[in-house]
Amino acid sequence: MSKLILERLKAQFGADVLEVSSFRGDDVALVKPARWVDVARFVHDDPRCACTYFVDLSAVDLCDPRTDDLDMDDRFEVYVIAYSVEHKHRVRIKTRVSGDEPRLATVIPVWSGANWMEREVFDMYGVHFEGHPDPRRILTYDEFKGHPLRKDYPANRAQPLVEYRDGTFNKLGPFLQDEGMPLNRSAAPDERN
Amino acid sequence: MADLSKLETRTIGGGESGFVTTKFEALLGWARKYSLFQYPFATACCGMEFFSTASPRYDIARFGAEAPRFSPRQSDVLWVVGTISQRQAPVLRRVYEQMTEPKWVIAFGTCASCGGFYDNYATVPGIDKIIPVDVFIPGCPPRPEAVLDGLMLLQDKIGRCDRTPETVKNTLLAEGADEALEKLYQIRMKP
Amino acid sequence: MEPVDLDFEEADLELPSEPMTLLMGPSHPAMHGTIRMILKLDGETVQDVDIQPGYLHRAFEKMSERGTWSQVFPYTDRLNYVSPLLNNVGYALAVEKLLGVEVPRKGQLFRVILGEMSRISDHLTCNGAMAMELGAFTPFLWYLKAREWIWEACEEQTGARLTHSFFRIGGAAFPPTEKIQAQIRSILPRTLEVVAEGESLLLKNRIFLDRTQGVGVLTKEHALSMGVSGPVLRSCGIDYDVRKDKPYLTYGECDFDVPVGEDGDTYDRFMVRAEEIRQSCRIIEQSLDLMKKIAPGSPDDAVSIVDPRIVLPPKDKVYTTIEGTIAHFKLIMEGIDVPPGEVYGYTEAGNGELGFLLVSRGGGNPWRVRVRGPCFFSLQAAHDMIRGGMLADIIPTFGSINMIGGECDR
Repeated sequence: MSKLILERLKAQFGADVLEVSSFRGDDVALVKPARWVDVARFVHDDPRCACTYFVDLSAVDLCDPRTDDLDMDDRFEVYVIAYSVEHKHRVRIKTRVSGDEPRLATVIPVWSGANWMEREVFDMYGVHFEGHPDPRRILTYDEFKGHPLRKDYPANRAQPLVEYRDGTFNKLGPFLQDEGMPLNRSAAPDERN
Repeated sequence: MADLSKLETRTIGGGESGFVTTKFEALLGWARKYSLFQYPFATACCGMEFFSTASPRYDIARFGAEAPRFSPRQSDVLWVVGTISQRQAPVLRRVYEQMTEPKWVIAFGTCASCGGFYDNYATVPGIDKIIPVDVFIPGCPPRPEAVLDGLMLLQDKIGRCDRTPETVKNTLLAEGADEALEKLYQIRMKP
Repeated sequence: MEPVDLDFEEADLELPSEPMTLLMGPSHPAMHGTIRMILKLDGETVQDVDIQPGYLHRAFEKMSERGTWSQVFPYTDRLNYVSPLLNNVGYALAVEKLLGVEVPRKGQLFRVILGEMSRISDHLTCNGAMAMELGAFTPFLWYLKAREWIWEACEEQTGARLTHSFFRIGGAAFPPTEKIQAQIRSILPRTLEVVAEGESLLLKNRIFLDRTQGVGVLTKEHALSMGVSGPVLRSCGIDYDVRKDKPYLTYGECDFDVPVGEDGDTYDRFMVRAEEIRQSCRIIEQSLDLMKKIAPGSPDDAVSIVDPRIVLPPKDKVYTTIEGTIAHFKLIMEGIDVPPGEVYGYTEAGNGELGFLLVSRGGGNPWRVRVRGPCFFSLQAAHDMIRGGMLADIIPTFGSINMIGGECDR
């Protein structure tokens, strides 16, 4: 793939581009969170980049709760992928925000498609996007507490909206044991983990 | 009247025509079981197999259950087809509460029956945690044949006035099934 | 015809102007059970709409982090459950990109063939369901008939009708069966016939045309900035298809066209899908021919790579040799050791660009599996397709997006 975008980014933003790489052909640039929107706008508007096609925006939790501090700096890595239909090249721009009150500026003015993706990142990771017009949860419900894709959220901590019927826990499931479905859901959700 | 004879029914001879006695519930159940209006609460993957069951090859109409009603007030059977998430659970219970008696519930597929392999914060571990269920159909998704088995099991239960939850059991292939399947394959391969 | 109430003075009176709020879904038959729309209606005109997905959120991404790399395959089946094999291919290719390996030629062709079969079944279902929601039940039944043939072939090969979990990291579970090639060749012409039959019922039908043409229009610029992909993007006139723009597998060798619409309306989306079925058939025919040309016994003549660190050994080796047993045990219990790194692998799935962002920290478990479900993006753009239109137009517009809950809400 062409490294043109990465070179243009380095020329334009200098030391604010912390790291570039092209692992397996993916052009990636890690930038400072303060310049997040500027970089996005440059990639979108610059005629030689022209990445007008919004591909994806999501995040990665870099914290390992077994070894790291949950409030560590650079805990959440937010990335956006953009593609140029004209030049047929794509770039991934990343930035890192801290685990303690993560905040980042929104890129909706650049790509309007970022709206739902930023809501999803907020829902799943709790990263607040400043200037987002509609900062609600999207995949989980309003009553949900916590952010499920954070590494410290146990996968099976359910928060039921409907009270479960009496007598349905600690009973044998609908399938018998010889039917190959051992049911491990024997305890109420609060008792697990 | 073959079905009625199983249901504590007596045929009394005498006169020219004779007459039949039976329990009222049994007669009602027999009358109900072949005219089930269904409410397909299709959410996920199983919905595709539900389409297939309704489509010409498997043709659920043969069992008197082809009429879908997308209003809970007009339907008898609630098919819960697919995963029910915690967010969906209040909706499911509302739909169930809106249905008029008599009503039956079929849990279609593993996710509806016990949550399947989605053992996590988002899914309800089986709809019987929320609403009572009559028939569980295992499979991810179940084959249309299993679905028809489940429907027949429900009809049987309705006829027996039996409300205990039951699961569709796997049945072994009958003898000679392999040759029959091969023959079927040859027929279907013909242009 | 003149309006009946022309002479009445009451015709001058205006209806109350406050908008009405209408909740549509999630248990609405046209919302596929998983979408809720909060509509603000002025008469029958949609003033504003709030689309709420998430009713089928099953925590795909969280579950992927819990198991090994191979254990993600069953979950990918249930992303876009109308074309599971394409999801399998997409995920397998993404992990192979991270590993830096490539499947032998026969395996690649095999992936193309089965993947395109899945695409046909996806488009048949979408077009059929859309027609059904407009009241045309017959094409739906006919398309389902053709879909049964495709699923039958998939079952012949994979053993499952719908959730196949057939492809593996580094290849496929089994080589092609004896019957499969003849079977595929026999169903393709029949499928095309059914597609043409269904179109003959719809495309000269005034009701169908009036309800789809000029309805739910999406503009080019908007589609780009919304991240819409696949048939919905191509119907706007942008010929972006991952199979052409960045050919993976053997798509580069196949001769096929990318159908492109003009107006970006519901009718164009229907036609783009119908034409893609024909192009998929062309791809399959060519790939079957290419597969025939592979010399038996050559290195190309295998569906899986030979690497005991990635691919499970054959079962007879597992039961008879100690190396086989250990390799099997290590792969099942510890998983494939994927080197640390981060890649974004993307393919063209039924609904558009299906991307997997994989993060590995070494070892057998994924650190992060992010899936870019294409219809999540299309659904977001549906906001602008629906707003300003009529209430009844929501049904065909929403149907033509082909919202698949598993992929949208994950």
